[in-house]
Amino acid sequence: MSGGDHTAAQAAPGQGVASRPGPGPAVSWLGQRLRLRVPKGLGRGVVSGIPLGWLLVFFLLPFAVVLKISLADTAIAMPPYTALLDWDGEAVATLQLNFGKYLFLLEDTLYLAAYAGSLKVAAVSTLFCLLIGYPMALFIARQPAERRPLWLALVILPFWTSLLLRVYAWIGLLQHNGVINNILISLGIIDQPLVMMQTDFAVYLGVVYTYLPFMVLPLYATLEKLDDTLLEAAADLGSAPWKAFLTVTLPLSRPGMVAGSMLVFIPAVGEFVIPALMGGPDTLMIGRVLWDEFFNNRDWPMASAVAVVMMVVLVIPVMLLRNGQNKTAEHG
Amino acid sequence: MMRRRSTSLKVLALTGFAFLYLPIVTMVVLSFNESRLVTVWSGFSPKWYGELLQDDQILGAAAISLKIAFISASLAVVLGTLAGFALSRFNKFRGKVALTGMVSAPLVMPEVITGLALLLLFVAMEGLLGWPKGRGVVTLIISHVTFCMAYVAVVVQSRLADMDGVIEEAALDLGARPWRVFVDITLPMIAPALVSGWLLSFTVSFDDLVISAFVSGPGYSTLPMVIFSKVRLGVSPEVNALATMMIVVVGIGVVLFTWNAARLHRMRQREERAAAAGL
Amino acid sequence: MTQASLAQAADPRKPWTDPAAQPFVRIEAVTKKFLDFTAVDAVSLDIYRSELFCLLGGSGSGKSTLLRMLAGFETPTSGRIIIDGQDMTDVPPYERPINMMFQSYALFPHMSVEQNVAYGLKQDGVPKADIARRVAEMLDLVKMGSFARRKPHQLSGGQRQRVALARSLVKRPKLLLLDEPLGALDKKLREETQFELMKIQQALGITFIVVTHDQEEAMTLSSRMGVMNHGHIVQVGEPHDLYEFPGSRFVAEFIGSVNLFEGTLVEDEPDHVRIESPDAGCTLYVNHGISSAPAQQVEVAIRPEKIRLSRQHPGQTDNVSAGVIDEIAYMGNLSIFQIRLNSGKMIRVTRPNLDRYDEMPLQPKEPVFCSWGPASGVVLSA
Repeated sequence: MSGGDHTAAQAAPGQGVASRPGPGPAVSWLGQRLRLRVPKGLGRGVVSGIPLGWLLVFFLLPFAVVLKISLADTAIAMPPYTALLDWDGEAVATLQLNFGKYLFLLEDTLYLAAYAGSLKVAAVSTLFCLLIGYPMALFIARQPAERRPLWLALVILPFWTSLLLRVYAWIGLLQHNGVINNILISLGIIDQPLVMMQTDFAVYLGVVYTYLPFMVLPLYATLEKLDDTLLEAAADLGSAPWKAFLTVTLPLSRPGMVAGSMLVFIPAVGEFVIPALMGGPDTLMIGRVLWDEFFNNRDWPMASAVAVVMMVVLVIPVMLLRNGQNKTAEHG
Repeated sequence: MMRRRSTSLKVLALTGFAFLYLPIVTMVVLSFNESRLVTVWSGFSPKWYGELLQDDQILGAAAISLKIAFISASLAVVLGTLAGFALSRFNKFRGKVALTGMVSAPLVMPEVITGLALLLLFVAMEGLLGWPKGRGVVTLIISHVTFCMAYVAVVVQSRLADMDGVIEEAALDLGARPWRVFVDITLPMIAPALVSGWLLSFTVSFDDLVISAFVSGPGYSTLPMVIFSKVRLGVSPEVNALATMMIVVVGIGVVLFTWNAARLHRMRQREERAAAAGL
Repeated sequence: MTQASLAQAADPRKPWTDPAAQPFVRIEAVTKKFLDFTAVDAVSLDIYRSELFCLLGGSGSGKSTLLRMLAGFETPTSGRIIIDGQDMTDVPPYERPINMMFQSYALFPHMSVEQNVAYGLKQDGVPKADIARRVAEMLDLVKMGSFARRKPHQLSGGQRQRVALARSLVKRPKLLLLDEPLGALDKKLREETQFELMKIQQALGITFIVVTHDQEEAMTLSSRMGVMNHGHIVQVGEPHDLYEFPGSRFVAEFIGSVNLFEGTLVEDEPDHVRIESPDAGCTLYVNHGISSAPAQQVEVAIRPEKIRLSRQHPGQTDNVSAGVIDEIAYMGNLSIFQIRLNSGKMIRVTRPNLDRYDEMPLQPKEPVFCSWGPASGVVLSA
């Protein structure tokens, strides 16, 4: 080793090999300790504290406000609800809780039907997304590696364009004098335009179409990681391709199916835009009901009560389920 | 690698892609239709693009949306990076459980609930503190940052989880203080995640209708709000033209991004092969 | 300490033989617990200046955790770490005069070779000209001078290893920690690099602590080594001592391979012991005393290369046992014989292949005598 001698001379034993300049050990110890202790905890506190504080104020606190207002009564005022705490000038404050909105939620079947309707639309659409998205993901995963990014880009492209505009695109196709009806009539297949817009069918179509990329991407991610030699082993052991698919590929792609289904189901449950634009007057989805309570009826306490029940009935179970899934994924 | 020629799979998959692109292609074609009756073809004309560029309402809304998306995405990247970093690199800190729970919650929260909750908060805050005054740019930005930072935090967190923490330890070991390590090592290494987090936030913010509708006030209509009110009245040739323009912009972006990523990947593979061969 | 090392007078190159020598690194009863798992259990260890000390152990033995506590990435649950007279237990990694070479090398992927090596010096505010000079010197030392502008992904595994070494040495640390430094290299490169590493260590005079699971690597590199198991240091010593005088069955089996015979102590004199071993099928005679009560059950370890094979009885009464060759594995430089003793026990014997051609080679199924000298066996207490 040619450079060895040279460096050895610099680092002779006894000579300070420490590279830190500075005062003698005793002083520097004290200095280092003081300098160190304070910023260490502080830095971490600031880094975690800023986003934590933001979310506490702008995410958690709002739900407390929603809960509070759901217990108030409607009033013709701005803001249009009664106060919970009445201050009568003396030292006595009266707390007025009003459970009327919740009772009304139970009495009027409209709300129950809307919650059920949301679940149904989300569940059925998720199933269809899975059926349509699985072959797409498998197809991409089986393309040669250099062509996969192109196909993926084709899946991602609609996902990056506006949801609103993608829903809008269907209206031109489906409406009374839309492209589909025009073509079918000009071909002589039908005489009267089909009614496709403002139906439940249109809502399902819109939800499936909008959230299909959310299904394909996680499915692809799972299928792409699948070891090809597993299928070769299955074939080697005498399994026909479709059987190998059913016994090897399908069970192993379960994590992707679960992740994709979550990504479709969760936003579909609370969907507002699609039922508002494509659904009929009898398409009941809870997101739309909440919107109407707030914007059309200006009943803020009612809208809040709908939101609270939606949180308890739909969102919290989904979050728990998701956490459970994440935990199993970590341990599996 | 086993290549099975499965025609049925190909047919099913291509049908899926056709389903994905049929409405988009139709909309692009119809944007060049001369007729105001949108779906009845009466000849090629780019005139709706001209009309669109004259439409002050749409242009104004687009300007508001671009501004809000830009500011929100930038703030969300800062907050989301802090959150993602704290969650994946700090062992324990006060509020870790709360932060873990809240950081991705906006992603599963129905937009109607988030929108309503934020509006009620802003009304209550204005009543108590006098801030924010009315609804407008400030309330829009606060709301958009809140749900966009969730996207950034998730992207940053997964990037940090993939990234070997040993590299940061190496920098500490060489004498860099924690904040230097963050600036010199962590930031450059998560830069791709920050870019995609920003782009994702920008898109989500620019596209948001529901939450914006709750928290914006009169005079502050974002582009999706204007489109929504137009679409409620039926299809409009101007919206077709607008949608086509947006798809072209996004399309070019996605194609460039994919092409560039593929190019870098190929280059890197070449260099790694050369290095392994001892060149 | 074993007889062999005590026999020598205090050797200046072997400060651990001198009771008055001050240790450079002092690990005092260090324990590290993760939740309810104890990774390192009350380990005490002294390491002297300019040593190349190897911590040898399997995965989960606690060797890496001990190294990470020395580097400052983990804080001990209890105990102290003193380096060059200063208590380092709670000092963060960036304040310690210690550098580490990581198993995965942990090169900064976005920086060139030069920038990687310069990084540590920059943190100390070394003047630019000095940085450039020291980086260039260090890259020359590891023969990477012509790769200064490359990025890590443009280097081969061996080249990355050199850059990592240069980066950890450039600050002239008081102590260099190396975590499986050769683990990622292929066999041939590993052997070459071992000697280079030793040369560099001797040239710079820096104290090295190397963690490895590879016993051959530890034997080659180290001035002394410590064998770890289940969070404890089982035995510390020079490679020769650990191989020839293992203190326990674990060490005997972990370092090299060994034949173990159970038996009963029948004679325990200061200069020899006799052990009756039905296992071996003979009386075992070992020429060192162990001072235990007679009739005690003990184990005797005999290395495979210390056993001689012969067709004729060697003529000694103790330390000889008859058997039949079961299998022979030809390894080129030596052959490994599996032999079934008449007691039924299988033993392993290695023989160097001294000649290119053997007129009458030993064949499988052939009966043989296995014998060894009085100094070959080691009586294990545990």
